[in-house]
Amino acid sequence: MDGTPFVARSMRAAPGQGAKVSLVDLEKRFDGVGAVCGISLEIASGEFLTLLGPSGSGKTTTLMMIAGFETPTGGDIAIDGHSVTGTPPHRRNIGMVFQNYALFPHLTVGENIAFPLKQRGVHRGRRKQLVAESLAMMQLPGYEARYPRQLSGGQQQRVALARAIVFQPRLLLMDEPLGALDKQLRESLQLEMRRLHAELGITFVYVTHDQEEALIMSDRIAVVNEGRIAQLGPPEELYDRPQNRFVASFIGESNFLQGTVRSTKGGVVVADCAAATLRGITTQLPPVGSAVTLTTRPERMHFADPRAPSHPMQNRLRATVIEAMFAGERCRYLLRCDDGAMLVLKEPSGAAMRRRAIGETIDVTWPVADTAVL
Amino acid sequence: MSDAALARSAPLQRTVMPRPPRHFGPALLVAPLVLYMAVFYALPVLAMLARSVIDPHLTLRNFIQLGGDGVFLHVFANTLLTAAIVTLGTLLLGYPVALALSRMRGMAATVTLIIVLLPFWTSVLVRSYAWMVLLGRHGLINEALRAAALIDTPLRLLNTAFAVRIAMIHILLPYMILPIASVLRQLDPALPRAAASLGARPWGVFAQVVLPLSMPGVIAGTLLVFVLSLGFYITPALVGGPRDMMLSQLIAQQVDLLNWPYAACLSATLLAATLALLLLCQALPGVRGVLRPGLR
Repeated sequence: MDGTPFVARSMRAAPGQGAKVSLVDLEKRFDGVGAVCGISLEIASGEFLTLLGPSGSGKTTTLMMIAGFETPTGGDIAIDGHSVTGTPPHRRNIGMVFQNYALFPHLTVGENIAFPLKQRGVHRGRRKQLVAESLAMMQLPGYEARYPRQLSGGQQQRVALARAIVFQPRLLLMDEPLGALDKQLRESLQLEMRRLHAELGITFVYVTHDQEEALIMSDRIAVVNEGRIAQLGPPEELYDRPQNRFVASFIGESNFLQGTVRSTKGGVVVADCAAATLRGITTQLPPVGSAVTLTTRPERMHFADPRAPSHPMQNRLRATVIEAMFAGERCRYLLRCDDGAMLVLKEPSGAAMRRRAIGETIDVTWPVADTAVL
Repeated sequence: MSDAALARSAPLQRTVMPRPPRHFGPALLVAPLVLYMAVFYALPVLAMLARSVIDPHLTLRNFIQLGGDGVFLHVFANTLLTAAIVTLGTLLLGYPVALALSRMRGMAATVTLIIVLLPFWTSVLVRSYAWMVLLGRHGLINEALRAAALIDTPLRLLNTAFAVRIAMIHILLPYMILPIASVLRQLDPALPRAAASLGARPWGVFAQVVLPLSMPGVIAGTLLVFVLSLGFYITPALVGGPRDMMLSQLIAQQVDLLNWPYAACLSATLLAATLALLLLCQALPGVRGVLRPGLR
């Protein structure tokens, strides 16, 4: 992809052509059991939005309702302001990439990509041209006559993608499209999809349980848990300012410390924890005396010189090394505070770093700005 | 030998392994059945085939005469026509049932499967008699029509080609439904969904995706029903008339007349027709995978 346009001109949507999707209080019950329990979400035109959650969280059910394969038991779905709840899937004009690609095994690659064009009555000659263009775009030129089973997983994925966008939908839904591929291939396809998104200008709704994938690719992430949105926001916000314990532990790794609020001032919460008095930041100040959880990321913590004076913008506490693991680019330490709480600390590996021994008593410090209050 | 020495030598003795058991090849495992089939099936068939060409000397006279035999030609044509109609009938009635069966889950699927299989557990004889009761001159259908004052004189339903075909369709339906349902059940449910998301209407999804992908089951069911129909005997004998004779009935009739060479000759023809059909299907492009599993 040496700087040449990735997407053929004929397939690019005009700016602002991505569909706007509104989910209003969306609900789906299976035999009385709620799979989706009131999801409200505004997806902007041209946005790359990811529904991230563990399996069974309701993220795929939500996607299937947008596609029209599941009927909501409550709430509404609108695309560009028009409710589509009563529209059958084949009239929604939404591109969709399935988990195992769902390529038609009895049709060739060319026939697979031409399928949506045929349904729309596109002339044979034009079909052939569009199929050739999309295969070139997916770096599979001349693959028309092959059958899906003759392709590798990554190639099948590209064909599925080509088939889903060849009819220029304004919305593309993807259900864990990279789930079946190995790590390296996933990473290269993640980059390709981001580029595709940028060039097509259409709205992407992406479902995954892989938090790293979600962080890399999305404009915004909706973390879904037990049928509800646990938090919605750009990747940095979710990572740095999780609003609840689920988000803090599902996206990346987190340390949790329980405490009681002593005072609040200017967005900073001072809390008495068993091990030390710690500070954290939040947008919603809790009342004095209430119980709070402070959380921080393992890589934001550092070992401190015990002789150095403490700093007001740094939290600090004493702990004992329980476990030390070398993991290539990082060393991972398991620490126990004096009150028994366990912490994880990640330190970049390198010649300048002194490896701590198991049983060693150390001081740990981390910025107040990297401490979120739940 | 001291105790210590004995203890030391014990493990050594254990390492002297008994000779590994001789490997009984797969050939040996199927040998009993092969032997059984050779004695009770292959030999009689060969003897029968031999009889068709030895009368009392080696001759093809019987086969040559078949070509000009009006009775045989009529019966043979009727057999093929009946088999074709029955196959088409079971396909048209069975496919929707197979489709419904493949989409059911849990209890509904089990109950439907049992209903489809129920006729299997009743003998063909009983089911054919049931059709006689239904279709007879004073049978249920005629009596019901008369009670409703729709007809004055009873319709001739029993002992007709219609009766043979309708009863055979009933009896052979499971052979069509089961292979199709099993293929449809293995169909990835994402495929029809993908087709719909790409803009195919419900009928288009069926015609362009579901039907083509179920062809292995359709071909398997069609072959089964057609081949079984060719050899049907009891049902046409009970509910058919003398004009609707099928090949098996003609063979049985000739055996009754002790006309062994002619009966053998007819049997050989039936066998050849069946084999020819199987070979023809084998040669069709796209069918190979059905008869040779593993190729997908």
